[in-house]
Amino acid sequence: MNKNKPDITSLKKVAFQIRETILKMTNKAGSGHPGGSLSAVEILISLYAYKMKYDPKNPKWEGRDFLFISKGHTTPVVYAVLAQYGFFGKEELSTFRQLGSRLQGHVHQKVPGIEFNTGSLGHGLSVANGAALGAKLLKKDTKVFCLLGDGELQEGSNWEAAMTASHFKIDNICAIVDYNKVQENGPVEQIKSLEPLAKKWESFGWKAVEVDGHNFDEIFKALDDFDKCKDKPFVIIAHTIKGKGVSFMEGNRDWHGKAPNNEQLDKALKDLK
Amino acid sequence: MNKPTPTRDGFGEELVKIAKENEKILVVSADLEDATRAEYFKNAYPDRFFSVGIAEQDMVGMASGLTLQGFQCFVNSFAVFLTNRAYDMLRMDVCYNNCDVKVVCSHAGVTVGPDGASAQCLEDFALMRVLPNIKVICPCDVIEARKATRAISLEKGPMYLRTSRAPLPIVTKEEDTFIIGKANILKEGSDVSIIACGVMISEALSAAQKLQEQNINARVINLHTIKPLDEKTLIQAAKETGAIVTAEEHQIHGGMGSAIAELLAQKYPVPIEMIAVKDSFGESGTPEELLKRYHLKDVDIVQAVKQVLSRKK
Repeated sequence: MNKNKPDITSLKKVAFQIRETILKMTNKAGSGHPGGSLSAVEILISLYAYKMKYDPKNPKWEGRDFLFISKGHTTPVVYAVLAQYGFFGKEELSTFRQLGSRLQGHVHQKVPGIEFNTGSLGHGLSVANGAALGAKLLKKDTKVFCLLGDGELQEGSNWEAAMTASHFKIDNICAIVDYNKVQENGPVEQIKSLEPLAKKWESFGWKAVEVDGHNFDEIFKALDDFDKCKDKPFVIIAHTIKGKGVSFMEGNRDWHGKAPNNEQLDKALKDLK
Repeated sequence: MNKPTPTRDGFGEELVKIAKENEKILVVSADLEDATRAEYFKNAYPDRFFSVGIAEQDMVGMASGLTLQGFQCFVNSFAVFLTNRAYDMLRMDVCYNNCDVKVVCSHAGVTVGPDGASAQCLEDFALMRVLPNIKVICPCDVIEARKATRAISLEKGPMYLRTSRAPLPIVTKEEDTFIIGKANILKEGSDVSIIACGVMISEALSAAQKLQEQNINARVINLHTIKPLDEKTLIQAAKETGAIVTAEEHQIHGGMGSAIAELLAQKYPVPIEMIAVKDSFGESGTPEELLKRYHLKDVDIVQAVKQVLSRKK
């Protein structure tokens, strides 16, 4: 489905606010994953502002599209975007990671808009395949999106799922790789290279496109290309920057799973401007 | 009719029947549907059967995803490959997300036979019963396997069903009731309770007969559901007979016997002896040779009963 193309300038403002929220949420919680959240901001905004069908007041609406968050630890950006698009009140974001909160450390179905609990890597794509295949069996025009981490692709289960999707010609699935080039212990390239990544997906029978994952126009175009792709699954390899927007976090593995303290938060918020 | 039959056959036959009644049932498979008898479903409903090839993790994940569209999914494999290889998917996808996935495993226990230790799963009860939301069931004959297959389908949510490769003697009747979580008393007795499941039921009944000849009156309980435990029947057995022998084709650690011991230690402690594989892997052999080799026979149960009676107050 194509919604009216949103005004990019206003989306950039939304992206800025989401980044502020990510920093504040992790600071308040005293833990969390800011690096891989800041890299996925434009990807998730594009899905909710431009491409996906959903009803925030009725998150289980039959006609909705599905999004699976396979990199389930990047909750700050996911929850911030869900709140931004009306799934729940923004005030709830301050309860992130607290006892009794719906906003679990890793994504959980009790949060409106979350389809599936994840948090162990290498799960989302198989589950997304199932949801997509199930929709096809029911002759529904559901689209299924799956946000994958780059380091996550070192888990072999992803490649089992990649083979399955093309074998069954699951063409209503769109995987999006947040290729921010950094994992917990350092650069992906050094730890275990994914390259040639697009060729890997293509050799598994997928249509692969590469975009600048911080450029709305490029992401929109790739999402439109997905709509036109028939008889094979589709993957968007989104080149991003881990910690995008905060100079001292960018490309720095230290911010994979660490929250900014008060001093660092002030510095980061100023840096965002 | 009373010919010993593998319980996997009962699963395969009944699955075809319930699939006719419930069109939401799908099967996702990982290239062992011939061995598990899910093939009967594949032949009857090819459009509702999906093989992901030899990829157990993907099988479980995809089945979980299909349930999000309102389907009920049966996955199947050898117990080792499903419960061991795909454990993280069973934990995260099936149990943590509480999906309507039925996990059906054949080829558990030493009675798998000549393939040897790699294929003889002896830890599936332990692995499955520690996961929240899932129920764990092991039928003792083909009649009970049919009933169990229907029962796990009628109830929504994660289920684990262990079937056998080896033919098992028929010990239950068509008219017997099968309720998940409700143990069946196969023989009344007051001196000791023998609690068993699966292949060990016929050994337990044989042991009880041998004991009767020595004037020892053993109660035999078919604990087909290992989780949730039938606490009432088990506590009653402890109270009324004062001594318990458990018998299972599983590691001694973490299985049915452990589950019973956990319950009774807290609610009504009595002496317990456990018949099970004693912390070792299996090996190649015929099922019967292996049951003897690993001390899983009726004579071993008889000996355990004598041991437990010597400890009884």
